[in-house]
Amino acid sequence: METLAPLFYLVASVCFIMALRGLSGPETARTGLLFGMAGMAIAVVTTLMMPIVASYWWIIPAIVIGGSVGTGIALKIKMTDLPQLMAAFHSLVGLAAVFVASAAFTNPEAYGIGVAGDIKTASLIEMALGVAVGAITFTGSIIAFGKLQGLISGKPVTFPMQHPLNAGLGLLMLALIVMLCTTESGFVFLLLIGVALALGILMIIPIGGADMPVIVSMLNSYSGWAAAGIGFTLHNNLLIIVGALVGASGAILSYIMCKGMNRSFLNVLLGGFGGEQAAGPAAAAGDRAVKIGSAEDAAYIMKNAASVIVVPGYGMAVAQAQHAVREMADILKKEGVTVKYAIHPVAGRMPGHMNVLLAEASVPYDEVFELEDINRDFPMTDVVYVIGANDITNPAAKNDPSSPIYGMPVLDVEKAKTVLFVKRSMGSGYAGIDNPLFYGDNTMMLLGDAKKMTEDIVKALEH
Amino acid sequence: MTAESRTLSESAADLANSAKGLADQAAQIAVQASEAIAHSGASGHDAFLVTGLTVFVLACFVGYYVVWKVTPALHSPLMGITNAISSVIIVGALIAAGPAGFTFSKVLGFLAVMLASVNIFGGFIITRRMLHMFKKKA
Repeated sequence: METLAPLFYLVASVCFIMALRGLSGPETARTGLLFGMAGMAIAVVTTLMMPIVASYWWIIPAIVIGGSVGTGIALKIKMTDLPQLMAAFHSLVGLAAVFVASAAFTNPEAYGIGVAGDIKTASLIEMALGVAVGAITFTGSIIAFGKLQGLISGKPVTFPMQHPLNAGLGLLMLALIVMLCTTESGFVFLLLIGVALALGILMIIPIGGADMPVIVSMLNSYSGWAAAGIGFTLHNNLLIIVGALVGASGAILSYIMCKGMNRSFLNVLLGGFGGEQAAGPAAAAGDRAVKIGSAEDAAYIMKNAASVIVVPGYGMAVAQAQHAVREMADILKKEGVTVKYAIHPVAGRMPGHMNVLLAEASVPYDEVFELEDINRDFPMTDVVYVIGANDITNPAAKNDPSSPIYGMPVLDVEKAKTVLFVKRSMGSGYAGIDNPLFYGDNTMMLLGDAKKMTEDIVKALEH
Repeated sequence: MTAESRTLSESAADLANSAKGLADQAAQIAVQASEAIAHSGASGHDAFLVTGLTVFVLACFVGYYVVWKVTPALHSPLMGITNAISSVIIVGALIAAGPAGFTFSKVLGFLAVMLASVNIFGGFIITRRMLHMFKKKA
């Protein structure tokens, strides 16, 4: 088994690559998922067959308890709560990495990396890196979870000397890693974990709710790097490969999200975006004329249109309005109206969030389009129905260099004949930025809860 | 079904090609590595560091190219599946929890197996739920 194990691990690695490869399209994705499950089964069974795993008395209960908790949560969770679930899951990977590295530190013989008190230096470095990244992932994800779940304020929390403090903690971590390699002291190891835990909290706390898609992706990436770090410690190529795959995946998602907001990764990480600073120059627009319409007006306009594009945002998720939107689209389609959906890369609180919500409401995925595929359709469109989105439709991003979101790619909704904008009240958006779209001649504001308003439109359409 | 098996066989062919490329590169690097070891007379562990780094860097490239091919509509399922497979860290946890007798590292292993199991089951099931909702126009 000792010699065969690496071969089985190789098979598992290939399965995992095939799993990611399957996600290139919705038809192949389910096969991909099966590959992923097969890979995991091969990896676990192979490890259980190794001679070092002598007793299953601890392992079986652990898998049963963990498995049933995970199954229960995954079956019950609402699709709107997906971002916080992902953050919570990432924190578990981080904590598991901390435990495994600590186990290797206290019992290095089991992993063949030396004896307690005399672990090889290279192993110590790898262990230290794995445990540090794992600990940062753990607390960082918990803070992200708290912000997404509304347990902690979604507003950026900033205080003086924040960045020097974080930099100092980072340097302290490096110093502790060096100390650990020279002394191999358990106290230093614990101290290192403590500092990394604190750094995880401090890194995520200044970041605002609207930036969470980047953070959730980044933590996804970190959980991968932590696994790779543990792979180096344990001399296990499977862990290294999977860690690299997951790390690369999360990094690419973070990059796509940053590009969707026209911000650099560093700019997001430094935090503080979306607080009060945006209120200055744009707030002067207070008394411009706004057209306010009713659900009946909206129903009349859409019924007589040839084409409608729905632009959903996080507000649709919060109001759970996706089913009402699909009902509205069904009626319109019966009336002969073409209905499409336009998704901005950062709509929602995690990558692909809106696509999942629309799919949940049984919207066919071939009616849903990404920004670059649909943006040139707006001038030929009669009605745009903006629901729960704001900043991603803001024309100021294109023509007002003083706007904080200037340069961000946005959906050109104002080019359509009529814009119907569903909004709770006339207050500013999440980033606190005024939207000139509200005062456009072709814009009609529909003030009210996204779900209630859409349901009222459905009722009006049925008459 | 035929379309699916065709894309599958296509991707298998792609994979075989890239694997061949990887093997060539790996062979080259292995030659360099063995030379380096012969020069320094290093122990087995340092040899693993080089192998590990080789595998790591190549896997990063594989990940990079595979993930860019993922359609943006499936970015949430991508996150679900990467979350599930990153829990392959359970392999390390099983080794810690496996030995007979009672040690502190066994307790740590038990906890890590439990946490990783939450993720494996939770991650795969939530991804399955998501993927089953994606349907074409009826």
